[in-house]
Amino acid sequence: MKRFLAFLRKEFLHIFRDPRTLVILFGIPIAQLLLFGFVLTNEVRNVKIAVVDHSRDYLSIRLTQQLVSSGFFQVAATPSSESEYEGLFRSGKVKEIVIFEPNFARHLVNENKADIQLIEDASEPNTAQLVVNYTTAITNNFVKTEFIKEQKQPGINIKARMLFNENMLDSYNFIPGLIAVILMLISAMMTAITITREKESGTMEILLASPLKPIQIILGKVTPYMILSIINALVVLLIGYFVFNVPIIGSLALLLAEILLFIFLALSLGILISTFATNQVTALAISGFVLMLPSILLSGFIFPVKNMPAPLEFISNFIPPRWFIEINRTVMLKGGGLAEVWPNTLILLGMSALFIIISIRKFKIRLQ
Amino acid sequence: MINKEPVITVKNMVKRFGTFVANDNLNFEVYKGEIFGFIGANGAGKTTAIRILCGLSTPTSGEMNVAGYDIYHQTEKIKKNIGYMSQKFSLYEDLTVAENIRFFGGVYGMKITERKARTEEMLERLDLMAFKNRKIGDLPLGWKQKLAFSIAILHNPKIVFLDEPTGGVDPITRRQFWNLIYEAVQKGITVFVTTHYMDEAEYCDRVSIMSEGQIVALDTPENLKKQYNAINMDEVFLKIAR
Amino acid sequence: MRTLFYLLQKEFTQIFRNKSMLPIIFVMPLVQMLILVFAATNELKQVDLAIVDNDHSASSRNMIHEISGNPFFKVITGLNNSQEAEDLLMRNKVNLALVIPKEFDKELTTVKKTEVQVLVDAINGNAAQLSLAYLSNVIGAYSQKVLIKPIKPEFRQTKAIEIKSTYWFNAELNYKFYMAPGILVVLITVVGMLLGGMNLVREKELGTIEQINVTPIKKWQFIAGKLLPFLFIGLFDLAFGLLVAKLAFNIPIQGSLVLLFSLAAVYLILVLSWGLFISTISDTQQQATFVSFFSLIVFILMSGLFTPVESMPQWAQNLDYINPLFYFVKIMRSVLIKGSNFIDILNEFVALSAFAISMFSLAIFRYRKTS
Repeated sequence: MKRFLAFLRKEFLHIFRDPRTLVILFGIPIAQLLLFGFVLTNEVRNVKIAVVDHSRDYLSIRLTQQLVSSGFFQVAATPSSESEYEGLFRSGKVKEIVIFEPNFARHLVNENKADIQLIEDASEPNTAQLVVNYTTAITNNFVKTEFIKEQKQPGINIKARMLFNENMLDSYNFIPGLIAVILMLISAMMTAITITREKESGTMEILLASPLKPIQIILGKVTPYMILSIINALVVLLIGYFVFNVPIIGSLALLLAEILLFIFLALSLGILISTFATNQVTALAISGFVLMLPSILLSGFIFPVKNMPAPLEFISNFIPPRWFIEINRTVMLKGGGLAEVWPNTLILLGMSALFIIISIRKFKIRLQ
Repeated sequence: MINKEPVITVKNMVKRFGTFVANDNLNFEVYKGEIFGFIGANGAGKTTAIRILCGLSTPTSGEMNVAGYDIYHQTEKIKKNIGYMSQKFSLYEDLTVAENIRFFGGVYGMKITERKARTEEMLERLDLMAFKNRKIGDLPLGWKQKLAFSIAILHNPKIVFLDEPTGGVDPITRRQFWNLIYEAVQKGITVFVTTHYMDEAEYCDRVSIMSEGQIVALDTPENLKKQYNAINMDEVFLKIAR
Repeated sequence: MRTLFYLLQKEFTQIFRNKSMLPIIFVMPLVQMLILVFAATNELKQVDLAIVDNDHSASSRNMIHEISGNPFFKVITGLNNSQEAEDLLMRNKVNLALVIPKEFDKELTTVKKTEVQVLVDAINGNAAQLSLAYLSNVIGAYSQKVLIKPIKPEFRQTKAIEIKSTYWFNAELNYKFYMAPGILVVLITVVGMLLGGMNLVREKELGTIEQINVTPIKKWQFIAGKLLPFLFIGLFDLAFGLLVAKLAFNIPIQGSLVLLFSLAAVYLILVLSWGLFISTISDTQQQATFVSFFSLIVFILMSGLFTPVESMPQWAQNLDYINPLFYFVKIMRSVLIKGSNFIDILNEFVALSAFAISMFSLAIFRYRKTS
């Protein structure tokens, strides 16, 4: 045990002596938290538009003001001829062109109907669609406030209840996912790389020749990252709770247990990779492309699994974070318990067992 | 035989790493055509000194002149006139013997015809003609070392610096290696070599013994043995180091 | 010049002798283009919807029939109460639940006005809004169909602004046209940063750099010798990735390819110099990768690749002025999809060139032959 503790000390020293490793261990989680928390959003704001007002009457001007004051739009150009439109899009100066027909107000007042034409830069299709929706909504609202005095609409009204995330905050979506991505990075990738480094530099053989048992060596390598992973997971949970107001509705104990399970899984995955990789570059390549990329993109972290084409949806079944993110969301936001998440838990347990068994097999073969 | 014309002059060379003094006020000259040995235990400061003279590291203070050029301002000119073989084997293991020679020859600006002639001559001499297209990584260490030395003097430098060139090779290969060194000297190349093998010290024209960053003795092996009343350099070294 | 030739000869020999290089050059573009472009989509494919029918009337059955007929919805019926629906939402079995009230048919036929309840799993706000909008459309259409006759004349009386919208450059709003050019940027950035940067640190780790440093090679020659082979590989990968994108997604290529590749060359010089700079300040491949990895994550996320730049807070938008990916993602999309010409993207070009020159100089400056 004493020997083991000394060894553990050495591993911690390795980590804390290298500032660049620290950057990865703490920099990436913090940067991701900040980016996802404060910077990245799919919402549309400050969209630059061009306004072509062939009418220039009180209503077209007022509607233009209305568009700007909504905060969604900024008028960045007022082209005088149609030939300018394409150039405005090509140089990226505007994303939408709003064209008022001549005699806009007269048509609206006298004939009850006036036309607006919208031209969208659809090279960003999502934004284009949202921009049209917002423009339409603002315009309809404008007509209502200008002319229609409270009119009851017949038909089937829909009363929608936004469950689990009433205000539709982005943070509810990303915090549970971010935990998975960060744990994957620290537990799996870092473990894979350190063990491979030890192998590559030949120090692994020295360790194997020492009185330490192989299991102690692996544990010694893995423990610091396990502790750091736990710390990081807690930090994300706390920041999520206090800064981004992401609640933990379900059982905290269950959540922590699931996090530990996932850390265990990620560590065994890291060990598994290190048994395959002969050098750090390979370990990095495997971690980067087989681990990180799918963890971010195929896990439902950013893009919902359901939107993917069938083959990718199938592949996502084999990606551990997919199941873990679902657990996190269910427990944290929906208040679910084991009754809801037992299938996912079972899958994670099965995956861990599989990784461990393969690692032991590979390790034995190498020793023979 | 030695005409006392200095090709390396070192005055008050000091190199500090933080508070640690690796080279503490070194003074010496190396004469044209001699084999100058730097002897000392690991960590005595041999490698630091040799790296400074090759322009790989900047000294903290002191005046140094290599091959007629100032070490602070004419580093690149020095580099044209020296060869260097480091302690760590540093040819490209994933390139073949011929490719390594072509690369380093090309980098030193050798003419193609000259390079080809010298390559032939060198490979014949080393008996490596048959392995011309073998990757360096596949060759045994002794061969690699001899090859590294031959490549270091391929461009006919005035001085060649050898930093523990025979580390980890068997006695026979070491003997062969020293034969190569003698041949280089015959061609007029000055050899600056560091080693911690005391028998190799005997092969040098003059040796300087380093300890804890300082030169504690500098003379021919014969004179040193006489001065310390020793039968071989090993004994000299032990007596000095105590 | 001859020295550079020998350096390049050596680098190319080493690169192509490395067995893992060819898979990286060919497989990476394929995997990235096919997987990333398909995976990175916000388009909804299908929505799982649970329906609780408390009315069991002709009207409610008609409406359910209408919704089930829409291929966008995968409908689960036969639930007894809304509690069961909430349970399905909880277990991630459905995204939406529609609860039809008891008096649905009666209200609809008598007062022409009724209300249904929709429960939405709103964790992913974006998807929640979109799927709710789809369901509202279907229900709205049904309600119009049922009530159309008595309402029409009334509508005539109200004023309305009619909006006609046209979508330029991508009339079908194909999300892949948007993603593919962006992913191409990621592709050549990763190739440049990782392969290029890694290469120099490797020489440091192996110690061969010492042997280089005692030769009269000039600093710029050495850096250029490291840079050019990967510039070539990067451009090749861009061409290969573009071909994959053309064949797999039929993405439009509106602008000039000469312009695109010239700008890509400038961009690659920037990225490679940046990778080389990182490796001049690192001692091991591990350190170099960590630093590259970190800067890559931040730069990619902020580049506008996945989320619009205008929506970011002002300080973050200002930060993007020093983000090379921001410029090049914009250039790629503009030139490929919108057919932008040189004048259109002059600003981006000037910025990239300035960064490329300074980064290249910085890499040369930081590379020390003498420590």
